[in-house]
Amino acid sequence: MPRNHAGREGSPFTGIGPVYMKELADHLSSIRMLVLTLFIIVFGAFPVASSLQQLRTTIGSDAYLFLRIFTIEPEQVPIPFIQALNFVIPLMAIGLGFDLVNSEFNRRTLSRVLSQPLYRDALLLGKFLAGLTTLAVALMALWLIVFGAGLLLLGLPPRGVEVARALGFLMVAIAYGGVWLAIAMFFSVVFRSTATSALCALGLWLFFFILWPLIAQAITMAFVPPEITSLDQFVGLQQLALALQRLSPGTLFSEAVLALLNPETRTLGPMLPSQMRGAIMGAPLPLDQSLLLIWPQVTGLIAGMIVVFSASYVIFQREEVRA
Amino acid sequence: MSDNVIDARGLLKLYGEARVVDAIDLSIRRGEIFGLLGPNGAGKTTTILMMLGLTEISGGSVNVLGFNPVRQPLEVKRRVGYLPDAVGFYDNLTARENLTYTARLLDIPRRETDARIMDALQSVDLAEVADKRVATYSRGMRQRLGIAEIVMKKAEVAILDEPTSGLDPHATFELLEMIRRLKRAGVAVLLSSHLLDRVQSVCDRVALFNKGQIALMGTVVELANQVLGAGHPLLIEASGKDIAGTLGGIAGVRQVVPAGEGAWRVTADHDVRAEVAHRIVAAGGSLTKLSDLQPSLEEVYTRYFQEARHAA
Repeated sequence: MPRNHAGREGSPFTGIGPVYMKELADHLSSIRMLVLTLFIIVFGAFPVASSLQQLRTTIGSDAYLFLRIFTIEPEQVPIPFIQALNFVIPLMAIGLGFDLVNSEFNRRTLSRVLSQPLYRDALLLGKFLAGLTTLAVALMALWLIVFGAGLLLLGLPPRGVEVARALGFLMVAIAYGGVWLAIAMFFSVVFRSTATSALCALGLWLFFFILWPLIAQAITMAFVPPEITSLDQFVGLQQLALALQRLSPGTLFSEAVLALLNPETRTLGPMLPSQMRGAIMGAPLPLDQSLLLIWPQVTGLIAGMIVVFSASYVIFQREEVRA
Repeated sequence: MSDNVIDARGLLKLYGEARVVDAIDLSIRRGEIFGLLGPNGAGKTTTILMMLGLTEISGGSVNVLGFNPVRQPLEVKRRVGYLPDAVGFYDNLTARENLTYTARLLDIPRRETDARIMDALQSVDLAEVADKRVATYSRGMRQRLGIAEIVMKKAEVAILDEPTSGLDPHATFELLEMIRRLKRAGVAVLLSSHLLDRVQSVCDRVALFNKGQIALMGTVVELANQVLGAGHPLLIEASGKDIAGTLGGIAGVRQVVPAGEGAWRVTADHDVRAEVAHRIVAAGGSLTKLSDLQPSLEEVYTRYFQEARHAA
């Protein structure tokens, strides 16, 4: 059986710098990147514009007015900004990642590049990091646009805590993009054909968005006993449904973002009367408490990214370079 | 330290049950051009990939410039240039940008990079199109760009996989000339091919692959002696009385075989061309052709596999 690489010499990161720089340059100068950026701006700007319009008319004493730009559900467009992002970020990540590795096969550049002094580790990691950077740059640009538009149109500077929460939101969005980038790259390692890998990644994306909520519901229904006799039983079912939902990265993203941008959010699961004791309804949580609340979601996203990346890494190591 | 740049001992590659490369021994000397010949699927490319550490070795050992490709692939890949079968470059980049990327991967100092790239492109006559995108390149130009990469790398060993496949005769001629130039620069060249006559003209030594094993190895003349028997083969075309008898009477001639209308093949112990000409003319015949047949690799190859089949 194939020997593993135990005992090989030299750093696995040799050559990662040039790979990263080249991939980044490729991404940033590609037409695809331009299209994706346009896409995300159109998708993002529309809800933001309409929510800003609405916010200008409602002058209230909202302490977190600035964050409402992201979360409010505008009247004209019934999609809040974060919902749009939840949907579009995966598409963007898939667009960047679906041909990262198999295009090297198809252009027959893989064996030539791998005959230079670098390990496959460096190639894969360099490509992934370059994709993630590209994604981060695009999201950051979008974030700044929204922020700037908010400043101009609301005429109201955000408070420090709002900036911090919005920054946290940006980080979560990047981690969410990273998961989908890793998934797209995984398919690009598994399939030699770029069309197949794009199709599979998009298929998974649609599956998580359309089918999975229904399937999760159906599975939960199967566990419903003929009669619910206790509160525990009911809570158990609720938690099962949530746990299934949370297998989708989109759920983790929207939960984390909800808690960050809506400081009033106290729990992301079913709320028990015992948890309500002493709570002032509608009072915002301090930032550190919100962060604690979303910690599992964020860890889940990052862990998912690492797991999927490792899977592609293992497969890529075993792949034959000859076409 | 031996003069061998590559030493393989009992090199083995298994794909499941199939022995794709079956315990071969192979050594390549400094400064020679060595040809790996054989039909497609005989295990040539796999052997090359194992030498570069690009595929796992199932058994045996290989040593490249004193390094073990399994444990020290980076050291090997730093010193060995590789031109894969149907090499690919990034089409959206120019030749210069493609080589710059390789130079970065090789960690060539930045102030040397430009000069080395231009020198390399000049040596393969691509300097004028250095800033054209590779998408506009013909297949022959891509192969030459691959050679330029090896030149830029200042590799001690160049491994070329099917460098001439799919090239027109002129491009092939140019490429072979560049391979000779590599040799003159002191680079040991290992090339694989299934095109025998092309390879014959540049190789110092060859190894004949068959089903994962090396069937024959040595210089072309050695192989010819081994397979076709020793001697000088001649082709004679003449007209006159009893030419075959006249030829047979010459001292040193071992065999006379008719080779078509008015033509004979003669095998002799030494060069008997002068004697042949003299005798035929003296016997009143007219000699229209007298040529020294270089032992051709094609012939060696065909004969060997015929015999191998008969023996089986």
